[in-house]
Amino acid sequence: MAAEGKTMDALSQFELKPVLGILGDSIGFTQSNAHMLLVVGLITGLMMWGTRHRAVVPGRLQAMAEMSYEFIYGLVKGQVGQEGRRFFPFVFSLFMFILFGNLLGLFPYAFTFTSHIVVTFALAAIVFVVITAVALLIHGKHFFSYFFPEGAPKALAPLIIPIEVISYLSRPVSLAVRLFANMVAGHVMLKVFATFVVLIGGSAGALGLLGATLPLAVNVALVGFEILVAFLQAYVFAILTSIYLHDAVHLH
Amino acid sequence: MGDERDGFERRLREARARQGLDKPAGLSGGLPTGPWGVGFRAGVEVVSALVVGIVIGLLLDRWLGTWPWLFLLFFVAGSAAGILNVYRLFNPRARR
Repeated sequence: MAAEGKTMDALSQFELKPVLGILGDSIGFTQSNAHMLLVVGLITGLMMWGTRHRAVVPGRLQAMAEMSYEFIYGLVKGQVGQEGRRFFPFVFSLFMFILFGNLLGLFPYAFTFTSHIVVTFALAAIVFVVITAVALLIHGKHFFSYFFPEGAPKALAPLIIPIEVISYLSRPVSLAVRLFANMVAGHVMLKVFATFVVLIGGSAGALGLLGATLPLAVNVALVGFEILVAFLQAYVFAILTSIYLHDAVHLH
Repeated sequence: MGDERDGFERRLREARARQGLDKPAGLSGGLPTGPWGVGFRAGVEVVSALVVGIVIGLLLDRWLGTWPWLFLLFFVAGSAAGILNVYRLFNPRARR
């Protein structure tokens, strides 16, 4: 993660590179896909391995698995209501996938797949399709009344309906952009300050080394901040999904 | 006024809400409300609605050959939707 040729290069960390040699080359299997598989494996491992004893007094792993389960269970039940419990597996999978992806990306040499808008938009598109399908299944044609509030004057329909439709369509976009932008911004900042450390530290002997401690200290603080952001963004994604599910189930 | 010595009524209410027998008073959990978080969310909401409006306008224009009128129309509608999104951000479920 050093500065290449003494210049700032904060964006090359997001480049996709095929892995697994010739096999990965031919099918376009990149480090991003590899990290996704690793994350799915880690989550499955945590849930399976953590709950294998089914202890009444949980150990560390089981406590972690139970805490994440109960956290999202409470969130879904609180936001969507009792009938929202059937959406728990969906929200839980999304939350764990994003959380582990964000956290894994903070390790040195690891890749953050949530820093690619393709990935975050695909996740947001899944959410969008699910909420629309749920609303259509539950409410049928009544779903379209969502785009026109009750009691509004009919003359305003040509004005209100396009605005409501755009507002509805902007949900997956804002969901995707928020996660993507947060992850990119955090990793660019980390890289910029890490480059400062190398540039200053290698420039003026002992004085340079002393000066390099400043950006290094900033970077340490940033890593802590990024752990917070990694959790927060996964949480925001899960809670917005739940809010949209609430809208789909209850249709205001 | 029930017997409040051991908070029995309150515990009964909580237990009933937990089991889904009563509706919980308020929706638990909420979005984080730090100034930076809210500011960033508002910005993202405006921009994404604007982007959706512009894309719809451009696509319709290309399809119907009416450039630039539908683009302009949907640009305005997108801005309005962005403002609506921000309004909903601060007044969740206000419309209901």
